[in-house]
Amino acid sequence: MSAPARPESIAKLEKLVASLVARGVVSEADLAEAQARTDRASPEIGAHMVARAWLDPEWRRMMLANGTEAAERMGVSMAGAPPLGVLEDKPGLHHLVVCTLCSCYPRAVLGYPPSWYKSFEYRSRAVRDPRGVLVEWGTALAPGTQVRVVDSTADYRWMVLPMRPAGTKGWSEDQLAALVTRDVLVGVALPQVPVALAAE
Amino acid sequence: MTASRYSVGDAVQVRDDWPEFRGPAHIRTPHYLRGKPGRIARVLGSFANPEDLAFARPAPKRVLYHVLFERPPLWAEGEPGDDILVEIFEHWLEPAPTERKAA
Repeated sequence: MSAPARPESIAKLEKLVASLVARGVVSEADLAEAQARTDRASPEIGAHMVARAWLDPEWRRMMLANGTEAAERMGVSMAGAPPLGVLEDKPGLHHLVVCTLCSCYPRAVLGYPPSWYKSFEYRSRAVRDPRGVLVEWGTALAPGTQVRVVDSTADYRWMVLPMRPAGTKGWSEDQLAALVTRDVLVGVALPQVPVALAAE
Repeated sequence: MTASRYSVGDAVQVRDDWPEFRGPAHIRTPHYLRGKPGRIARVLGSFANPEDLAFARPAPKRVLYHVLFERPPLWAEGEPGDDILVEIFEHWLEPAPTERKAA
């Protein structure tokens, strides 16, 4: 999947595009717009959704009830995109997202999936031995935390809403969002407060 | 939304269904779940049936559920209370066989 495209594949793709354009199914402009939309999407969008949820209970309720609407309110066009679901971590409950069938990923709010997310190793081990995967990631859950693996296999896409870490009292949305990495939004990592920044 | 057959909390099991049993089919239930028991966690809505989409047939909408599976008996790894939450279409589920109560 990560191998460079072969020239014959590229030639085939160009033929297909030319044929679709000739039939009026898509235009070059449509394709450019779709490409630009995909390139604009990044984990920063998901991170700001999370930071806002930590600051604003009303936003949090709306986002948990309707992730698609939350994404729209962040300025993401969700028309034609799969609906977005948000998984709420709580004391004693941690979510980890995987797609064992293929590589479903909430691209609208997280951008391109990393190659490890699409690898056979992650897809098979995350569902069978999530705790082993978390240990290898260096992610230590509080003792007694239940692990819920979310196997994303159909029409929804899922992102994790982690718990706000201690030591972030009074932080702004931007400061909080900086703690929420792509890996946190998939559930393989937890938000980490740099020691030097931790308030009481 | 299409009326749903199951409600939150219902005990179900994933059909032990394979193309080898009934000819070409696109069954998007992970293999590790087939024939396994779970519980309806949430009704997610109605979506075009992937079995039809895969063969470019007209695809009527089917109800999609979030189904919760306890980790054992699926996998030995993990700790008590760990579970797996998976999206499964209604026609790939069946009611769980009646549980036999201990006397």
